[in-house]
Formats: sequence, structure tokens, C-alpha cells
Amino acid sequence: MATMAQGIRLALHYAEENLGLTDVFGEDVGPPLGGVFTATQGLKCAWNSPLDERGIIGTAIGIAMAGGRPVAEIQFCDYIFNTIDLLKLAGNMRWSSYGSWGLPLVVKTPVGSGIHGSIYHSHSFESVASHIPGWKIVCPSNAIDAYGLMLSAIADPDPVLFLEPKALLRAKTPDLIPGEPADEKELNRRINKPVIGDTTGWQPDWPDVQPAFVPIGQAAIRRAGTNATVVSYARTLPLAVKAADQLASEGLSFDVIDLRTLYPIDMPTLRKSLHKTRRLLVINEDTEVTNYGEHLIRRLTEEFFYDLEVPPRLLAGKDVPGIGMAWPLEAASVPQAQDVTEAMRDIATQPGRAAAGEWPLIPETFFRNR
Amino acid sequence: MATLDAARKRRIHDLMVKTRLTEETAISMNKKGEGHFWIGGAGEEAFGTCLGLQVNKGQGPDHDFLHLHYRGGPTAIAMGVEPIDHLRQMRATASDPFSGGRQFVEHYAIPEWNIVPVSPTIETQYTMAPGTALVQKRHGGHGITIVTGGDAGAAEGDFHVCLTWASRPGNELPLLIIVTHNRWGISTASSSQWSTTSLNDLATPFGIKNSRVNGNDVEASWDAIAQAMDYVRTERRPYCLQADVSRLYGHSSASGANRIEGEPDCIALFEDQLTAEGIVSRADCDAVWDRWRAQIRSAYDQIHREPYPDGTDIWKHIFAEPVRT
Repeated sequence: MATMAQGIRLALHYAEENLGLTDVFGEDVGPPLGGVFTATQGLKCAWNSPLDERGIIGTAIGIAMAGGRPVAEIQFCDYIFNTIDLLKLAGNMRWSSYGSWGLPLVVKTPVGSGIHGSIYHSHSFESVASHIPGWKIVCPSNAIDAYGLMLSAIADPDPVLFLEPKALLRAKTPDLIPGEPADEKELNRRINKPVIGDTTGWQPDWPDVQPAFVPIGQAAIRRAGTNATVVSYARTLPLAVKAADQLASEGLSFDVIDLRTLYPIDMPTLRKSLHKTRRLLVINEDTEVTNYGEHLIRRLTEEFFYDLEVPPRLLAGKDVPGIGMAWPLEAASVPQAQDVTEAMRDIATQPGRAAAGEWPLIPETFFRNR
Repeated sequence: MATLDAARKRRIHDLMVKTRLTEETAISMNKKGEGHFWIGGAGEEAFGTCLGLQVNKGQGPDHDFLHLHYRGGPTAIAMGVEPIDHLRQMRATASDPFSGGRQFVEHYAIPEWNIVPVSPTIETQYTMAPGTALVQKRHGGHGITIVTGGDAGAAEGDFHVCLTWASRPGNELPLLIIVTHNRWGISTASSSQWSTTSLNDLATPFGIKNSRVNGNDVEASWDAIAQAMDYVRTERRPYCLQADVSRLYGHSSASGANRIEGEPDCIALFEDQLTAEGIVSRADCDAVWDRWRAQIRSAYDQIHREPYPDGTDIWKHIFAEPVRT
């Protein structure tokens, strides 16, 4: 019953003991805070850096060059944009040196909306990140995957960007990480730093967690169905799962694919599903213009153009400069539960080519909230 | 403090000539259309050679890490880079050992000597150097990190990043921060950008020991580097050294790569000194030039028999293992 933040913390603990992890660093990453989401509490190799994103990424690159295995944190992805050229250099280091310099480093950063973060704590980053070749990009939507993907990211010989959906960081996962105490309270007592009282000298009592690597590049099917393929990740993934469960009462079923790794893309899983359903909906919350989901749709449309029953669709964030502080503004900016449910119902029920005998029109409901 | 004996001076002179002719061959190749772009360190041979010869060369944290900028040719050639490999990268042949024909010339990447990949960005190396230095600080021993950049690169925020991360109280790093000051950033005069000519002074508020040297003077450069290195190696703390150097052929081929009148030529100055000291004669100097001219000509001829990379090569080395997409 760990939260995603706890899953990440347990993975970092396992990695500093067993995978050669040398540094976990960034703003507020070390004691006393252990990260603004507490994902780095209690770690031996966690330390606080200057509030300097370029220094964080540059130093991580240098540590990796010298044989270390760092996990660097940018506290919110909203603050990663001034490091883009350094991320590009990290991504092309192996290629530009014709294979002689690899960089085993991980950059973790919280992404997305859902915590009333306003304009500068709600950005998404996957669309920009996927324009930086040489990086693998992962994005878990539950604690088990967060644990396993972090282990895989740290063990990987190449740069890995670990996107943390901040809306899910405190969400609990019913399944247990191997070695995790079954009693949620016991886990909290052992690894959560007390929030009140004198915490001087506090040390976690780590459970004996075992490795459970989630391979990079492997999606997971959260719900299986036949009426449409829904591809998502991060905050919108559990919304799609919930909608699939709800729409079952209407006789609709969906393949809900949790992409988990955004690059490299698990195309075989996507192809297999689309062969079956012939309808595709991609859901994320990044702004819709030049959205990462558009790439998925382009790739799959090129392969399945003559097989698709209806036009593939993207449900994404509105193309506005930021997410406003007031809740109605945030709700109007990024997909909410009702938007997801309606989009899934629409894609599944729209008359298909076979039934219509011609290319179908997109139903008006799809545009209603755009 | 003159620490150079006659044999060492002759060795330095030899390497300076070797470097200059390598650079001038690369410039010539660009002008003849045999290489798309030239950039390099012609004019920085005095300081760069003295730096390269004092590097603790090797792989891993026991040895020095070098984060060079794109005028690091004199340093790399003094460390052992051969002209033929430099020219291979200039021509972008498949045999270019540093990048397989992917990078500009003088963009070395040599893991066996801790020379990390050189980037066309003028300043990003200043952000990465604290990382290798941090590993060396923990590792102990005498290995240090050396980062070089120009006065133009020092105007970027990354120079400030380097000073900050190198000097955190209790976490001072064994990092030698070098600014080779040639008074230009492409066509922007340094005098129009900086209110000081001593950029090493920027290190003072960070508590970083610093100094300035005439980078066209071999003996002064050797001693300044030796003193700075000794401090960083033994104290395990940063040091900032500015070397005033010449830019003999302008910024790059983009600005014509023509010889700039009025710039002091460190090799000519050094030859004047060596002959005045009776260490070499003019004939000896000419012989050095002739020997390297012949050898580099041979290298030049060789690389023209070597192929360019195949277009399918672009897919190699994106990741350690090919990935399925």
C-alpha cells in the first residue's frame, strides 16, 4: 500500500545499497526535507544543491562522466526549461563521441497538474522531452511501476528522464512492492519522517525490499476490451481506467494501455491492441499543439489508415499559456474525469466506416469542451 | 621561477610548431573545400602546450579530467593527439576517432585520457566540470578537473554556475577553472562587454584563489599552470586562472580564418627567446617547421584516401544497445 513517493524512495534506497547509486541531489532533496514530495527522505546519498537547475544537470552529467551513477532532481519540471541545451548534450553525448562516452544518469522531475499548482507548478514536459533524442523517458502511474521503473532507470547505461505525475505521488497502490510491509501504518512508521516533534537524528528503518525491475519500453494493459484502444499515462491514466469500468455498464469495453515508457515506445503492444479494436484515443494533459500524443497517432495512422473504423483522436490539454490558479480554470485546461469518460464513449460508439459505408463525421460532443 | 630546462623548451617549441601547422592545414582544407568548418586554437599554443604537458594523463578519477572548449588543440596535441586524427575530424571521415565524422574539428572525445566530449556550445563545459571534480574530491588522491573556456564563454551564466558549485563551503572542489582571454567573442569586442580585463577577479567573491598570466609567454604560462595545479592537487580546492592569449586566425572559418595582423605570435616570440638564450638556432627552428610540415603533409595525403561515413551510420551509438521504437 505504498504511495508513489514511497515507491520511488524505496527504489532509491535499494539502488544506493545494491545498484551503485552514488548521488541523489537537487533542491531540498536532502535532509531535512527529503524532497518537496518526500520521495528522497532518509537516503544516505541524498544532498541539497544550490537552487540552480543548470548546475544540477551539468553536475549530474559530470558525475556520470567520472563513473558515478546520479539521480538528479529538478523540483518541478516547470523549472527544467533553462536546462534544455544541457539535456540535449546529455542525449547526444554517446552519439557525438561515436559511442565512447555514455552517460548513466537519471533526471527525475514532477510533472503535470492536479495539486493546484497554478502557472509554474503544473507544466507537462513529455512533448518537449520527446524532442530530445538520446533520452529514454518513463512515466509511472502507480507505486509498483514507480519502484520498478526507477530501478531500471538507475541500472540503465543511458540517460533516463523519470517523469513523476505529481497528482499521483501521494496515491496509494493496493499491490505491495516485494519486501514491503503489508501493514500500511508499519511502512509509514518505518520510512516516513515524523512531521511533528524533534526529528534530529531521525533515520528510516528500511524494509528489506527486493528488486522488481519494470523493463523500460514495456507498456501495461490496465483493462482489456474490444470497443476502442485508449492510450494514456500519468494523471489521466487512472481516469481512463475508471471510465472504462464505468462504461462497462453501457456495454462498452476498452483496451486501456498504460504506456509507462514514452520512449522507446512499445509499438508491438499498441499494434496488437489496434488490430483488435480499430479505434484509437490518446489521452494526456500536455498542451495539444505538437503534443506527444500526436506522434503516437501519426505513427499508428500511417500503419492502420485503412483499418481504422473512425478517425483517431487526441484528448489533451488546451493550448493556453498556463494553468490558472482558480479550480475552474485548471478544470477547463486539462482533461477531467468527465472529459475522459465522454471521449471514450464517443470513440467507442461513433458509427464506423463499415457501418456507415463512408468516412464518418466526428461527433459534435468531441468538440464540446475544447 | 624559471622551471624549464633547455630540453623541455625544445620539446615545447616542437609541440607548438606541430600544433600550429596542424591548425593551418585544417584552415587550408576549409578554404579548399575539403572540410566544412574550421575552428581552433591557433595562437594559443604557448599556454595550451604548457597545460597539456602538465596534465596527469589517464583514465578515471586518479587522473585529470579535461573539459576543453573548441580551442583546446594545443593542449590535446601536447597530450598526444596526432595531427592525422585532428585532420580526419576536419575532413569528417569515418576514421575520425573522436566522433566518426559527426563533429566539428577540434571536438575531441578521448575516454582513455579523461578528455570529455567537446561541445560547440561555448560555456556548457563549465556546468559539467564540477561533477567530475566532485567525484575526484570524494575519491581522494591527486586527480583534478580542468575546465577551459574563453572570455566570451565566461559571459554566460554557466561560468557563474561553475564558480558557485566549485566553492560551496565544506564542499570545495579540486577544479582548475581556466579562461583563455583573446579579447573577442566572435566579432564582439570583450572591451565592449566587460568592465574588467581580469575575469579571474570574478572568482574572488567566491573565495576562489585566482591569478592572471600572459598566455603568450611560455615560461610564465608554465609556472602559472604549475602553481595553480599544485594548489588544486594538494589543497583540493578550486583555482581560477586567466591566460591572455592571441586569436591569430579570427573566430573560425565563419569569420574568414585569415591571419589577423597585430596579434602577437607566441611561437615567434618563443623562437626569439630560444635563439637569444642560445638553446636553438634559426636553422634549428626551420628544421622543426620543415619536419612537421612534411609529416602533416603526409597525414593530409593519407586522409584523402579514407572514406566518409555511410549514411546508415547515423543509427549507431544513440544508446548503448539499439532500442526498438
